[in-house]
Amino acid sequence: MSSVLEVKNISKSFKDYSSEWHRVASWFGLNFKPKEEHHILKHIDFAIASGEAIGIVGQNGAGKSTLLKIITGTLKPSEGSVHIHGRISAILELGMGFHGDLTGRQNVYHSAGLMGFTHAQIDAVMDDIEAFAEVDEYFDQPVRTYSSGMQMRVAFAVVTMYRPEILIVDEALSVGDTYFQHKSMERIREFQKQGTTLLLVSHDRGAIQAICDRAILLEKGAVIKDGNPEEVMDFYNALIAEKENSTVKQVVKEDGKVETVSGTGEATVERIGLYNTKDELVEFVGVGDTVELRIKVKVHKDIESLVLGYGIKDRLGQVMYGTNTWYTKQVIESPKAGEIYNFILSFPVNLGAGSYSIQTALVDKDTHLTANYEWKDLALVFNVTNIDKTHFAGCNWNEPKIKVEKIWE
Amino acid sequence: MKDTNDKYTFRRQQMKNMILAVWSYRFFILSSIKTEFKSRFIRSKLGGFWMVIHPLAQVLVYALILSQIMTAKLPEVSTQYAYPIYILSGVVVWTLFAEVLSKSLNVFISNGNLLKKMAFPKLALPLITIGGALLNFGILLVMMFVVFGFLGHLPYHALHWLPLLTLLTLALATGLGLFLGTLNVFMRDIGQMMDVVLQFWFWLTPVIYMMSIVPEKYHSLFMINPMTGIVLGFQNILLYDKAPDVSLLVYPAIFAIISLVLAMIVFYKAREEMADVL
Repeated sequence: MSSVLEVKNISKSFKDYSSEWHRVASWFGLNFKPKEEHHILKHIDFAIASGEAIGIVGQNGAGKSTLLKIITGTLKPSEGSVHIHGRISAILELGMGFHGDLTGRQNVYHSAGLMGFTHAQIDAVMDDIEAFAEVDEYFDQPVRTYSSGMQMRVAFAVVTMYRPEILIVDEALSVGDTYFQHKSMERIREFQKQGTTLLLVSHDRGAIQAICDRAILLEKGAVIKDGNPEEVMDFYNALIAEKENSTVKQVVKEDGKVETVSGTGEATVERIGLYNTKDELVEFVGVGDTVELRIKVKVHKDIESLVLGYGIKDRLGQVMYGTNTWYTKQVIESPKAGEIYNFILSFPVNLGAGSYSIQTALVDKDTHLTANYEWKDLALVFNVTNIDKTHFAGCNWNEPKIKVEKIWE
Repeated sequence: MKDTNDKYTFRRQQMKNMILAVWSYRFFILSSIKTEFKSRFIRSKLGGFWMVIHPLAQVLVYALILSQIMTAKLPEVSTQYAYPIYILSGVVVWTLFAEVLSKSLNVFISNGNLLKKMAFPKLALPLITIGGALLNFGILLVMMFVVFGFLGHLPYHALHWLPLLTLLTLALATGLGLFLGTLNVFMRDIGQMMDVVLQFWFWLTPVIYMMSIVPEKYHSLFMINPMTGIVLGFQNILLYDKAPDVSLLVYPAIFAIISLVLAMIVFYKAREEMADVL
């Protein structure tokens, strides 16, 4: 596969000069040292093949936007180069350059013109845009009378009026009504099928894992992880919780999956197991069976409070169910070093057939953001098979009683 | 030697690409001028005409106040409205010059958000500004002739000089505006300073008064001002109904060309760093 986008060792730094005259002089070859240089990106290097969908994740200030701006061409890299084969279209900020007093239609001409299209090219797809935006009679009303959702619709329709080779989608998409979100997602997927490369920037784990087949994690201006989305997102999640003395490590398990463990280590999960009603350790369970999840936790240091959280994730990493002992009001107050606790969670497996994993979290309150003693993804993997229930599709066992009545003879 | 030669060809290629990119945006530039003009009429009835009413009111004020004193200084013109016509001729061209210059100064800053988010030829922005100003100038010119008609003054012998002088004014204003406008992105004081400079500049150009009331020994100083020759040219065409003094236009033309070249060089050097500081 040939690559449509090559980012070759780019770095970006913003320069502060003690006097702006030094900057001007530097354009003409005079060597003035900037007073300060802020390095935003450091040696970013990757290539994206045609049709790939890449998620770009990272904390605020990690350099995501700067990277996108360099790829779209509004900023120039200080070092390195970007090679693009084909047209690039970016949904960075929908409605950019919209003029409130102009009608939707006039704004379409204007902003499509800004993207470099000619009048004839815009005319050719004007009807499609109008149909796609679904703002009906508002299309010929001034944009200032639009709701923000309507503005988004028109803006999205313009940006995607022609299929680009590379489509960059920033979080902008997560606003707007669900109906249109689905509709725009549909269009993005359609483009993808036709070979458009997708670059998605999001904090939304679900979106990244559902759409992307690769993820790139940026941290402090550098790529620190590039690979399978689930693995990268696990690492990212752990990173958010990272504190000074905390560690993040990833271990490759026998089945090739990567287990991510992070945390400060005041308490750890010693053992975890799934048991059936006959008290046997199981790996395969039937749909609808009642099981017990037993988690043994050891406290290593005196802490204020201890909360156990867990989540069941499907093979794509989407959380099926999750809760913690904060919500169930079973917080352990001031556990002492050396104490060992057993948590027994009993629940029916109302899940569809497939492979699932369990993540555990030992924290102090309801989230892992204030204190994260230990966070473990893929702590345990189990499979659900449909043994005796009616055949069904989906990940949720929700068996109906179906009544069929003949009402006309 | 070969190395510097290569560098030179490379730069020329880049410069050419930059201009080609603008050319490919010609539809956008034209439609932007049109929409900007149209949008002025959307929420106010007189819309774009306010741009014309403003300078006309200015002329009216000066004419009412200064007519008594100044008309005597224009003995070679027979009409009693010589002075209003004199001011109008100068104000028309000054308005074009000042509008292009002051708008070009801020064109990159006021579109900063756009420049940071969208990739498009940056030169399109000053071109839209120039187009808009030219449109205003056209309307102003038409209104001026309407006023001339009322005053019973219809110059026609040298009107073919107007396009050339207009072009010269545009070149001068664009050259200065783009040069300072580019620097203004990095040094915002320039924009503020130019507001003040423009006020003095107006009064140092013979728009309201005549060169004849300026003492002879200062005349050469006035000729340093590139706008002097242009304004005198407009007054020749519109008031005295005769061709402008070409010898007075050589200096503004050279000034315009040099400032345009400087502007392109500075813009070319600065264009990649612009979005960094916006």
